Amino acid sequence: MLTAEEIQEIEGEAAHYPKREAVSIDALKIVQKHRGWVSDESLRDIAEHIGMSPTELDSIATFYNLIYRRPVGRHVISVCDSVSCWIMGCEQMRKHLQQRLGIGLGETTADKRFTLLPTVCLGCCDRAPALMVDGDLHTDLDPQKIDGELENYK
Amino acid sequence: MTSSIEKPLTGKVPLDGSALDLPAYEQAGGYQAIRKVLSGGMTPKAVIAEVKNANLRGRGGAGFPTGSKWSFVPVGKDVPNPTYLVVNADEMEPGTFKDRFLMERNPHQLIEGAIVASFAIEADIAYIFLRGEYTLAAERLTRAIAEAYERNYLGKNILGSGYSLELHLHLSAGRYICGDETGLLNALEGKRANLRAKPPFPVVVGLFGKPTVVNNVETISCVPHIINNGAEWFHGLSRTKDGGTKLYGVSGKVKRPGLWELPMGTTVREILEEHAGGMRDGVKFRGLLPGGSSTPFIVEEHLDTPMDFTEMPKVGSRLGTGTMIVLDDQTCPVGMAWNMTKFFARESCGFCTPCWSGLGWAERILLSIENGHGKPDDLGKLSAQAKMWGPGATFCALAPGAADPLETAMKYFRADFERHIAEQRCPWR
Repeated sequence: MLTAEEIQEIEGEAAHYPKREAVSIDALKIVQKHRGWVSDESLRDIAEHIGMSPTELDSIATFYNLIYRRPVGRHVISVCDSVSCWIMGCEQMRKHLQQRLGIGLGETTADKRFTLLPTVCLGCCDRAPALMVDGDLHTDLDPQKIDGELENYK
Repeated sequence: MTSSIEKPLTGKVPLDGSALDLPAYEQAGGYQAIRKVLSGGMTPKAVIAEVKNANLRGRGGAGFPTGSKWSFVPVGKDVPNPTYLVVNADEMEPGTFKDRFLMERNPHQLIEGAIVASFAIEADIAYIFLRGEYTLAAERLTRAIAEAYERNYLGKNILGSGYSLELHLHLSAGRYICGDETGLLNALEGKRANLRAKPPFPVVVGLFGKPTVVNNVETISCVPHIINNGAEWFHGLSRTKDGGTKLYGVSGKVKRPGLWELPMGTTVREILEEHAGGMRDGVKFRGLLPGGSSTPFIVEEHLDTPMDFTEMPKVGSRLGTGTMIVLDDQTCPVGMAWNMTKFFARESCGFCTPCWSGLGWAERILLSIENGHGKPDDLGKLSAQAKMWGPGATFCALAPGAADPLETAMKYFRADFERHIAEQRCPWR
C-alpha cells in the first residue's frame, strides 16, 4: 500500500499534467525515494493508484536508468563511464572501487551499505573523472580521494 | 564586468560557485525583458521577428533557427488549447556540461527566457525537462521558480498584463534518448521515451497532442538579452553569420579544462590553446570531437575553423553542443571509439534494428580489437555497420551520431586500428 505521504506527493505532481498517467515517472521516483527501490508490490500499487496496467508501468520503470527494480544499498554509487571520464581514467577508478568494495557493477555490498552502478555522462567533464553518491557529485577524483569521500556515507 | 568581450549569459554570475540570486539578477537588468514585452512594448509577432533577425540558432546541437521554429506555431482562436513551451534541459551528450552551468549559476535568466518565449508563441504552460542527475540545478531552479511566482513573473495575470503562464519543473529518470525532442515529449507524458514520427511536427502536434515548442537551455537563456538589446546587438556579438555568443567547453588532457562564453565563431584553436591552455605537459594533441560525442572528429589541419553552425560542416564536422573532447597521444583512439560506441549501444531505445542490433555488434568488434583479438576484416565490418546507421536508415539521430565519430576515428587514426589488428594487442597498454 502507498503511504499517505507518498499519495500526497504523487497528487502534487499529478496536478501539473492534464493526463493522470503522465505522473507515472514522478510516482515511481517518489516511491523509490521513500523505499529505496520499486518492488513488484510497489509497482502494482502505483499502477492501480494512477490507473495504468502494472505491465505498462513496468515497461516504463525498466526503461529509465534511475528507477531501481531491484533492492539497492543505503547509498548508490554511480560511476560515470562516458568518454571524457574514460580519457581521464574512470576505468582505474571503477577497478579501485570494485576491489575496495568487493563487488562488481550492479551489485551491493554484503552490509547493504553501497550499490555500484555505471552511469552515463554526468555533465562535469571539465572535472573528470566523476561519480555521484546518491544525489551528491564528486569530481576530479583519484583512488585516494574516493576513499576519503566514501567515509561520509555510513 | 571589465572584460573586453561581452558575456551576456555568464558575465554577471558570481565567481564563488553560487547562483546569481534574484536581487542581483534584477539589479543587472533582469526581468526587464518581460516588462518590455508584457507592458505592450512588443507583440508576440514582434518578439518572434526580433529573435529571427538575431539569427539565434538552437544551442542543443541541431542549430535550427529559433525564431523560425516559433513562427510555425499555430496561433489564434481556432488553435487547440493549451500551447506548450518545453525547455530541453536533458543535457546528456557525453562531453557536454554547458547547460548545467547556466541552470546552476543563472536560473532566473532561464526562467525569464522561458516566459518571453512562451509569450511569443502564446503558450499557456511551460515545462523545464531536467535530467534527474542534476540535483543542484533542480534545487536552484525550484527556488528560483518559487521566487518568480512570488513576484508574479509567473502565474495568473503576470504584472497586470493579462498574460498568464504556469511553469513546472519536471525531473527525468534518465535516458539519453529523452534529449531528442519527440522522445522528450513522450517521457514528459509519462511514457517510454520512444521517438515519434515527423510530420506532424511538435510545433503543431506536440505534448499531449497540442502545439509545443522545444528549445534548449542555452537557446532560451539568450532570449531576454535579445529583447533587451535588440537583434543587431546580438548579431554583433558574433564573429560569423550565426548570432550571439556561445558557451564553449573543453575536456580531456588540456592544461585548463573548462567552459567559456565567447563570440560565436571563435576558432577551435583559440578555444583550445588560449582558453584551455593547450595540452598538458608531456602529451600531444591528436584530434578532437568539437561538440560532444556524436560529432565527427577533426584534426590539426582543421584547428583554424570558426566554431559555428555554418563553418564546422565545411571541415566534415558539426558544432554540436560546442563542448570539445580532446584526444591526446597517450590515449588509445580505438579504446575511445569503443567507449563511445558502448555508450550509444547502451542508450539505444531499441526501436530500430540497425541501432539496437548494429551498435552492440560494433561495440563487441571494437572491444575485441582493443583486447588483441581483431580480425583482418573487422574494419570493413565496422564501416559497413556505420553506413547502416546513417541518416534515414534509422528513426532518430542517435545511430547517425554514433556513426560520425566512429567513421572519422577510422579515417584519421586508421594506422592505429590496423596496428591493433596486426600486432594483436593495444599498443597503449
